[in-house]
Amino acid sequence: MSDQEDILATAARWLEEGESVALATVVETWGSSPRPAGSHLAITASGRLAGSVSGGCIEGAVAEAARATMASGAPQLLDFGISDERAWEVGLACGGKLKVFVEKLGGEQAA
Amino acid sequence: MNTEFLARLQAARGAGRAVAVLTRLADGAQFLHPEDSLPEPLLRAAEAALASDTAATVADEGTAWFVQPHNPRLRLIVVGAVHIAQALAPMALGLGYAVTIIDPRRAFATQERFGTGIRLVDDWPDEAMAHLAPDSRTAVVTLTHDPKLDDPALEVALRSPAFYIGALGSRRTHAKRAARLAEAGLPPEAIARIAAPVGLSIGAVTAPEIALSIMAEIVARRRGAALGSRDTA
Repeated sequence: MSDQEDILATAARWLEEGESVALATVVETWGSSPRPAGSHLAITASGRLAGSVSGGCIEGAVAEAARATMASGAPQLLDFGISDERAWEVGLACGGKLKVFVEKLGGEQAA
Repeated sequence: MNTEFLARLQAARGAGRAVAVLTRLADGAQFLHPEDSLPEPLLRAAEAALASDTAATVADEGTAWFVQPHNPRLRLIVVGAVHIAQALAPMALGLGYAVTIIDPRRAFATQERFGTGIRLVDDWPDEAMAHLAPDSRTAVVTLTHDPKLDDPALEVALRSPAFYIGALGSRRTHAKRAARLAEAGLPPEAIARIAAPVGLSIGAVTAPEIALSIMAEIVARRRGAALGSRDTA
């Protein structure tokens, strides 16, 4: 698989380079969400991004949540949708709804 | 996902094993199927996710789990290290396919023409194809125009569960090819699996355009899209 599609391999490489890395994964979608369940966005504390969990609408908000997860080690389950005011703020204007799981990559936290 | 789990997952993927990651959404606890033992409902969910190649959230005793399949890469086998193959191979790589090019003519199948990341095989096509054993995650495209090279590869492909089999050549060329394959003992329903003329009808002229039409047809077949092929368009 090309690097462009193999987000896990990219994230693993960043980890080896000594970066702090979080992995965001679309776990559930409703309506016209642009990326299917299983889509990854890898984020580093230094600001590198690979992959996507939407058409670019919520990546900023996910990256922000990812920084908290990198710091604490605690995973988060994020909800984005039109019933959620936050979704409008971050621009999920497509009318879709989705859940994104954010976890820290690497380290010794309970698997 | 801790370091040890990530290493196990990447080792399995690197070895081309089909595995699934199960993540408990409440706390991020993870299992790797089939290496870890799982309760029956989660085991079935992991098998179903691999079979459909689709990630899903499932509930087990009131707990939500995310099940993500990691199947081996899709494969594209190209017979003929020709000009169109040079355009097709990098396109297929970018779409996530592992690409193998078969051509016993050594002047064609060179790394200089194809770069790294593409597997080149210079065995005779029937031997090479039998060895590669196309499965249901494999697409096969013949591009040589030479019956001595294309036909033996097609005979192996048509007896395999390959999800896509395409052959370059005009309708007239294909009619002759179909007759030869029938004579070789292949039933009409097997011969009808061949996408020929190969590729979607996008008016392709150049080698990259023809490669694009072939990859578009492969993706459409893989995704079950209701598109007209050149036969019906």
